[in-house]
Amino acid sequence: MTEGLIGQERPLVTISLRVNGEPVEAVIEPRELLLDFLRDRLGLMGAKRSCDTQVCGACTVLLDDLPVSACCTLAYEARGREVLTIEGLAQDGALHPLQQAFIEHTAVQCGFCTSGMILTARSLLQDHPRPTRQEIRHYLKGNLCRCTGYWNILKAVESVAGSGRQRGRVGEEAT
Amino acid sequence: MTASGSGIGRSVPRVDAREKVTGQARFAGDLKLPGMLHGKVLRSIYPHARILGVDVSKAEALPGVVAVLTGADLLDIDPYYGHSIKDRPLIAIDRVRFVGEPVAAVAAEDEATAEAALNLIEVEYEVLPAATTMQAALAEDAPLLHEVEKLRPGLFHGLGELRPQGNICYQHTIARGEVAEAFERADIVVEGEYTFPAVYQYAMEPHTAVAQWEGDQVTVWASCQHPYLVRAELADLFGLPVTDVRVIVPYVGGGFGSKSYTKMEPITVALARKARRPVRIANRVDEAMVTTRRHNMVCRMRTAASADGTLLARQVSLWLDTGAYADNGPRVVATAADAAPGPYRWESFHVDAYGVYTNRPPSGSYRAFGATHLQWIGESQVDEVARRAGIDRVEIRLCNLLRPGEEVRPGGKPLDADLVGDVRKIAEALDWDSPKPPGTGRGLGVGLLAAGARPVSTAIVRLQADGTALLLVSTTEMGQGARTVLSQLVSEELALPVERIKVPGGDTNVTPYDRSTGASRSTTLAGKAVQRAARQVRDELLAIAGEHWGVAPHALELRQGAVWYGGKSLTFPDLIHERFGFSGGEIIGHGTVRPEAGKGSYAAGPVFWEVCIGGAEVRVDPGTGRIHILKLVSVADVGHAVNPELVEAQEMGASMQGLGNALFEEMVFDEGQILNSTLLDYHVPTIEDLPDAFISRLVENEDGPGAYGIKGVGEGALAGVPAAVVNALADLGIKVNELPLTPERIWRALHASDVPQRQEPIFKENP
Ligand code: FES
Ligand code: FES
Repeated sequence: MTEGLIGQERPLVTISLRVNGEPVEAVIEPRELLLDFLRDRLGLMGAKRSCDTQVCGACTVLLDDLPVSACCTLAYEARGREVLTIEGLAQDGALHPLQQAFIEHTAVQCGFCTSGMILTARSLLQDHPRPTRQEIRHYLKGNLCRCTGYWNILKAVESVAGSGRQRGRVGEEAT
Repeated sequence: MTASGSGIGRSVPRVDAREKVTGQARFAGDLKLPGMLHGKVLRSIYPHARILGVDVSKAEALPGVVAVLTGADLLDIDPYYGHSIKDRPLIAIDRVRFVGEPVAAVAAEDEATAEAALNLIEVEYEVLPAATTMQAALAEDAPLLHEVEKLRPGLFHGLGELRPQGNICYQHTIARGEVAEAFERADIVVEGEYTFPAVYQYAMEPHTAVAQWEGDQVTVWASCQHPYLVRAELADLFGLPVTDVRVIVPYVGGGFGSKSYTKMEPITVALARKARRPVRIANRVDEAMVTTRRHNMVCRMRTAASADGTLLARQVSLWLDTGAYADNGPRVVATAADAAPGPYRWESFHVDAYGVYTNRPPSGSYRAFGATHLQWIGESQVDEVARRAGIDRVEIRLCNLLRPGEEVRPGGKPLDADLVGDVRKIAEALDWDSPKPPGTGRGLGVGLLAAGARPVSTAIVRLQADGTALLLVSTTEMGQGARTVLSQLVSEELALPVERIKVPGGDTNVTPYDRSTGASRSTTLAGKAVQRAARQVRDELLAIAGEHWGVAPHALELRQGAVWYGGKSLTFPDLIHERFGFSGGEIIGHGTVRPEAGKGSYAAGPVFWEVCIGGAEVRVDPGTGRIHILKLVSVADVGHAVNPELVEAQEMGASMQGLGNALFEEMVFDEGQILNSTLLDYHVPTIEDLPDAFISRLVENEDGPGAYGIKGVGEGALAGVPAAVVNALADLGIKVNELPLTPERIWRALHASDVPQRQEPIFKENP
């Protein structure tokens, strides 16, 4: 709550960081959240606000390649670091393999979870290019999706991870 | 003449997928208007209180605050709304009826200032006795939520006269034959009392609305499922012709019923009116929870059968907690009543269903309402009959299920599905006839949901001079894939590739009337309107081509964006040029769906019976009571799958929500206050909650009322899951009469002999 600041001059700080490869410098209030910084100042709307309590993952962005919940991260904490948002994932119009896989496997419905889901998966595959199904499930558990029921997301990530076996219809095989 | 578009029956990728994987898809909360303010809502901290005064002077004085709205600002309008019952002020006037009810709203330059201003508003309350449970609300001396003789009908009620009885706002009865006589004759009677919890839909995008006035006209960008119904209610509230209210719906981040009808739009419009600037209000999760939820329910059911397992009669009384305001409660009550008998050939049944006002947040729609409430109860009684009669649980269904063409409920549409075939498919997917691994239980549940809402939809197809088409339709894209599927229907009719068809979002100034997006209706009803619109375009193209070649239209063929006569062809741009003698112009087709009273497939309600079916194989850890789901199976009885992968995706999503509803989702209340109002405490399924295997089967009997025999899906699987899991548990000897199936409940049921169980009935007698 900001009651303590009412009527007072709010302190400001200058931060510089890189967002999607581009240098960014801004004067911000120290309390400013990374999510608001990205959405309101930079117009990068791909990260979404849902739970606002670091549970759902809709606001996930990568900070130095690791996923963070931008709703609970101060923009100040990103100073001097590299932020990757979903807008920065495709290279020269060519989709990242995960983006392509999400399209091909119908792993997208409303799309509200999608940015965060893809970025978390990207971080997983960077560290563990061939994760097991268990590892994928474990890594993605902080990203909620209310629409898809997760099967197609799992399939999409597995297809990129190269750990997917030949299989018939969705999820027919047991783990 | 033939069209060989092959637009349908193919799993083309979603037309919105690329925008969504690149973060380009825009939702209401992504919109920024010049000068837009941020709105925040001060909410009641009491379940029931009189408002003695609201002092907003300090809040108004805070720098950055532009306007503070209270009930006192609404004296020039009739501030009550509610599509079924007009019982709800858009902001509290003199009384609050639930914890979380809006009491004031602040518009400020930024969100933090608006939030800070809320703390400066002083509200003086006189606390009133509250009825925060249905038991309390139905008690003799219960405080009344709405002390009126007659409730005011909403714009879309269709409910007849509404005389509340105490706190019962709506009652619905369906009956056939004499149940008392059947119960006397019965060899087997199964009965019980059951409870279903309040559940939160959790669309990941919380309700968001942006309102902008220009003179006496208002534009609203909203995360809403039914733009035309929202427009009508806003026009009614603010005394405007509907043409002065424009509702625009960008992509919606999940609906599941939570964004059906009018939610945060009225308060946003009123705040923008006062602030004289555009205002955005975006709910947080805890606010979304008090905006709408699933009804909790108490149900008494008994089922009569003869010794050979023939089902005879069923009697049901059920009470649904609609909270402080009716919202969609009456429809939920009626749909629950329709679902209560289940899909069987009864001699007689009697269902009394009641909607009860309480001092809790209002309840409305949530995917497969009514069916989800009732199916697990009815189906567990059918299983119990089978056990007592000594017959197989699949067999009892095959014997008693309704057949196509048989009456489901008096006066309603006869059954339009092959339930016997559907049950066989579930049984097969569960390997029903093979021995179970030790320690596992199998169960299935089948039911019907009255689907389609009202059959009123329109659509426009505009074929442009370059051979691309615009499809104007007000169906909301909320994840289900409406834009993709409706494009495919145009593609099929016009032999035009899906990529050449564009579907902009709903905009009441641009896209034509559609009653709503919900009740699994869009592919069937909006789809039918789209097909008719596309056919008009097609007919005109053929007429132009026929004239050109001097032949009858049936000699022509539509293929690859052109009309063919033998080896000769004219492309769509050629034909439009021929028509207008110019390289511009367009061909417009429109399609309408209406009830077609007295004839046609939309004459008798419901539009179709959605099949709700599921199966499960489970194991239980006896030490902890935790349920492990080995396998979930669903059957999508879809009539005709326009996009099989999207159907399957709907099934998987609905099944996972069903699993959440069955296993752990419950809004916990104490004195009307939600105790678990964050997602930290309210657990929804994560990817780790996936069952080991998920199997979905498609049934395409072309028996639906839509184009090509289409009927809707997307809800039924949700209702099927709790029923299947409950029956799989009973197969292991674990009997439950309460959801969710938390480890504690299961553990207690396992240790029933050494742990005291609930003895008292929840209601001493019928109210
Ligand atoms: S909005 Fe940040 S984790 Fe949910
Ligand atoms: S696609 Fe809607 S929440 Fe994941």
